[in-house]
Amino acid sequence: MAVLVIAEHDNAELKDATHKTVTAAGQLGGDVDILVAGKGAGAVAEAAAKIDGVRKVLHADADALEHQLAEAMEALVVPLADNYDAILAPATASGKNFMPRVAAKLDVMQLSDVVAIEGADTFTRPIYAGNAFMTVKSKDAKKVATIRTTTFAAAGESGSASVESVDYAGGGEKSSFVGAELSVSDRPELTGAKIIVSGGRALASSDNFEKLIEPLADQLGAAVGASRAAVDAGYISNDHQVGQTGKVVAPELYIAIGISGAIQHLAGMKDSKIIVAINKDEEAPIFQIADYGLVGDLFKIIPELQEELAKVGYAAKAPA
Amino acid sequence: MKVLVPVKRVIDYNVKVRVKPDETGVDLANVKMSMNPFCEIAVEEAVRMREAGSAEEVVVVSIGPEKAQEQLRQALAMGADRAILVKTDETVEPLDVAKILKSIVEKEGPGLVILGKQAIDDDSNQTGQMLAALLGWPQGTFASKVEKDGDNYKVTREIDGGLQTVALDGPAIVTTDLRLNEPRYASLPNIMKAKKKPLDVMEIADTGVALSPRLEVVKVAEPPKREAGVKVETTAELVSKLKTEAGVL
Ligand SMILES: Cc1cc2nc3c(=O)[nH]c(=O)nc-3n(C[C@H](O)[C@H](O)[C@H](O)COP(=O)(O)OP(=O)(O)OC[C@H]3O[C@@H](n4cnc5c(N)ncnc54)[C@H](O)[C@@H]3O)c2cc1C
Ligand SMILES: Nc1ncnc2c1ncn2[C@@H]1O[C@H](COP(=O)(O)O)[C@@H](O)[C@H]1O
Repeated sequence: MAVLVIAEHDNAELKDATHKTVTAAGQLGGDVDILVAGKGAGAVAEAAAKIDGVRKVLHADADALEHQLAEAMEALVVPLADNYDAILAPATASGKNFMPRVAAKLDVMQLSDVVAIEGADTFTRPIYAGNAFMTVKSKDAKKVATIRTTTFAAAGESGSASVESVDYAGGGEKSSFVGAELSVSDRPELTGAKIIVSGGRALASSDNFEKLIEPLADQLGAAVGASRAAVDAGYISNDHQVGQTGKVVAPELYIAIGISGAIQHLAGMKDSKIIVAINKDEEAPIFQIADYGLVGDLFKIIPELQEELAKVGYAAKAPA
Repeated sequence: MKVLVPVKRVIDYNVKVRVKPDETGVDLANVKMSMNPFCEIAVEEAVRMREAGSAEEVVVVSIGPEKAQEQLRQALAMGADRAILVKTDETVEPLDVAKILKSIVEKEGPGLVILGKQAIDDDSNQTGQMLAALLGWPQGTFASKVEKDGDNYKVTREIDGGLQTVALDGPAIVTTDLRLNEPRYASLPNIMKAKKKPLDVMEIADTGVALSPRLEVVKVAEPPKREAGVKVETTAELVSKLKTEAGVL
């Protein structure tokens, strides 16, 4: 058995999602290799070589791979698949984009968002917004899966695998990168954060989001999350949406403020260790899954909470 | 230019899903079924393109039971021109859906196929990408904006760090994200008109695809239950509990 893990990175930095996917790969048994596809991502390949339990790193360097567009990734990965019994990528926006192309080309069904590996051919994944967990046995000779990283621990970094170059032979010419608008922030990334402060429709404006949710997050060193309603209304950008169709998170502490707790939102955060809900409606469904609920008006509660946190050593940060 | 929009009949997003006690699946008896919300967004986008003159015809297609005609009629009422039902009572996996759609694309020759990014029942998020690969077409997934540029497309995509824009040579595949548009409600006159629009019914065999399911369901279980905790009265009590009881501060 040999497993290929496709690394998540931005050409500069290897993302933790990769380490978690390596853990999942290890549970399948056999050798684990990592593919780093990018442009000028040598440092990423070196970092990947340090992940525990990795046999070797394949490094593909080409202009066409800079943004890991799906068409180029398909062209790169499909020929490499001959040498592997399973191909895994994290279930990130990037993995979700190219992996089904790889699966279709190999004529296999992709296993999406795998949360548990029960055996070499048996996998569990959430369906219906996490309201059910389906365990399936795959009859495909090769497995193609995306891995939900919140349920696997990150592999360590004490290895020293070799790095080998692989060629990109072209094939992704029908699509090209035009531009990106990426959020720049000093806050932790949502999917890796220990604490998340999340705001909903009740914030009522982007101004309030900035004046209330963000300072509270900064005081706690937390990432900022949001409900779909808050994103749709433009209070904050799309990459902050938590839920069935947004990001799935599982921090130590998730504070949901002015969020009702629709199943689509819960699907993205109910594996958090501790959930706090602040809502003025004591019947709000979010309270049914919250460890600590506080009923009241967020506009009054947030400033109070900030004061209380300051008393226990979380100093308020000056606005950026 | 013709736009093809695959739409799926799924359990309504407001329904509380229940797992069957024998763990063979979820209970779909007598529950409200609807068009997958991401497919509604796809239909809306295609209809807007036709209204703006950048598309001539919008064809919707569903692979599913006889009753999926309801969702196709809804799409027609929203403004689609013509519908195709590929009738089956089997569960069709995304790979087979993609193969069936490929055969329909080859017959219809659209310049663009717009799908939902994900069906809210299986949460697979893969059919559009698979169809793109099988056709050898480029894709713009998780779209929040689609612009036509001659025979080509510029698609803005929602990605983990923000937004990305890609250029695609047509014909191409787009999958919709939530912010692409807000689907219209069909008006009563349009619902009446939709009843007269063409809806062809065919069998899977007519598409030349032989179903080959790859996944055997071992079981469908309830997710781990999370119990409600306690209500606290003040922010001071909250902070104290988070610090001493929960140990997360
Ligand atoms: C296909 C599809 C996909 C979806 N995907 C997602 C997803 O990924 N993530 C997601 O979050 N949603 C998703 N949704 C939307 C989801 O169904 C809900 O509509 C959404 O989560 C509601 O957001 P909200 O809780 O912020 O707003 P609301 O439901 O309007 O809740 C606002 C809450 O704020 C409270 N409130 C109001 N004023 C105050 C105040 N002053 N102080 C304290 N509390 C106050 C109210 O009591 C209420 O509970 C999806 C929906 C569909 C159809
Ligand atoms: N049975 C089906 N009939 C028509 N379209 C489908 C079907 N299944 C999936 N699709 C399309 O593929 C999209 C993504 O579905 P999925 O890959 O299952 O999450 C849906 O939003 C539809 O546009």
